[in-house]
Amino acid sequence: MCTLEKRGKIFFLTLTGDGADEHRLNPTLIASIRSTLSEVKSQSTRGTVLITVAEGKFFSNGFDLAWAKSASGGSPSEAVNLLRHMVRLFKDVVADLISLPMPTIAAVTGHAAAAGLLLAMSHDYVMMRRDRGFLYMSEVDMGMTLADYFTAMIRSKVAKPDARRDVLLRGVKVKADEAVVKGLIDSAHDSVEKVVEAAVRLGEELSKRKWDGEVYAEIRKALYPELIGVLGLTTKPLVKGRL
Amino acid sequence: MCTLEKRGNIFFLTLTGDGADEHRLNPTLIASIRTALAEAKSQSTRGTVLITVADGKFFSNGFDLSWAKSAACGSPSEAVNLLRHMVDLFKDVVADLISLPMPTIAAVTGHAAAAGLMLAMSHDYVLMRRDRGILYMSEVDIGMTLPDYFTALVRSKVARPEVRRDVLLRGVRVKAEEAVAKGLVDSAHDSGEKAVEAAVRLGDEFAKRKWDGEVYAEIRKALYPELIGLLGLATRSVVKARL
Repeated sequence: MCTLEKRGKIFFLTLTGDGADEHRLNPTLIASIRSTLSEVKSQSTRGTVLITVAEGKFFSNGFDLAWAKSASGGSPSEAVNLLRHMVRLFKDVVADLISLPMPTIAAVTGHAAAAGLLLAMSHDYVMMRRDRGFLYMSEVDMGMTLADYFTAMIRSKVAKPDARRDVLLRGVKVKADEAVVKGLIDSAHDSVEKVVEAAVRLGEELSKRKWDGEVYAEIRKALYPELIGVLGLTTKPLVKGRL
Repeated sequence: MCTLEKRGNIFFLTLTGDGADEHRLNPTLIASIRTALAEAKSQSTRGTVLITVADGKFFSNGFDLSWAKSAACGSPSEAVNLLRHMVDLFKDVVADLISLPMPTIAAVTGHAAAAGLMLAMSHDYVLMRRDRGILYMSEVDIGMTLPDYFTALVRSKVARPEVRRDVLLRGVRVKAEEAVAKGLVDSAHDSGEKAVEAAVRLGDEFAKRKWDGEVYAEIRKALYPELIGLLGLATRSVVKARL
């Protein structure tokens, strides 16, 4: 499932499981992530930072379609309903991350596809290992359209129209170095240990800035007006500075 | 005029004529293109692809201003009305391409200017020959503003503000290599034949993916919310995947 650990000022949210665990976003994992983020938020102070990592071969391979199929009792339309249910539940995870009152870093330690890639991209900074794993929006190959907040996220984080098209319309599988070139992620690192170390180094640097978390979250939301509109979030002015 | 031919999975829409034919977008050619696109759409199956090419020195040099002038019988205001009429008619061509249920590739085999460049840019992928031909938005030089869907299309496909400014406000004439650097086209090829061969190779690659055309078109539209709003198109959620 998912665990939370605090080391110094850094919160580590870990998607746990054995090496083959795809960290599929089903209602259980989604709820677990939400309560973790809620706990993190409640312990937010100036200088706290969130780093999200995952154990094993996958960061996250997206929604749990196998669960939807088995829970639907053999009804294809019910399976689609359950998928739509997960889409709605996950929207709140994205909203939680976009309004989290501290900097957020995703250390992409394995494959990230579909909603799993969205999970990574919902963080302020995304770093990835270059030796294994790729990013992939599988929807065009699977034969399903994307939720509005998915495309809004892509538009918010990826500037180049050809990169957006390649990722969403062409379903390219992108390794870390190409992901940097396409602007999908911030940096590529030689191994899983190195990417987590780099995330921690960045986290420590951001922590030293001692940002007010509430102000930080408002400024973040203001960067992404289309996305927060779709997520049902708003912004408000704040002055915490001693002028 | 324009022909439609199917070879394997690929539909070839060819703007036909002798070497000097500018493939000016007058009501007749526009209607001919729309008929060809409607035919391609009706024959769409998983794996079909559209490639648009043109005979001769020009891909398309834009709206048929000399037709507007001669059909206006000497009335300048009537000529402007006829130009506006072509602008309205062509909007439907752009809408047809943006909603076509298959990948689209433009092989720019000659000059593409104004509405002719918009025709090319309405495709998912634009390949161009590097040995001849320029891209050019002539409106600022001619002395006319651009229709709303033209600027929306440029905004949708061209990210960099300085490129948008150079193309629209400075009326630069751009050859293929520079067009790639500016993000106006995807790739440059040594000759007209090589551009078409590259388009076919790309088309064959897409055909193998066997994308569902309806899903593909919906994902495409979702990439360009501003543009589809102006074109009067909407998106909807589709799940064709067997979960």
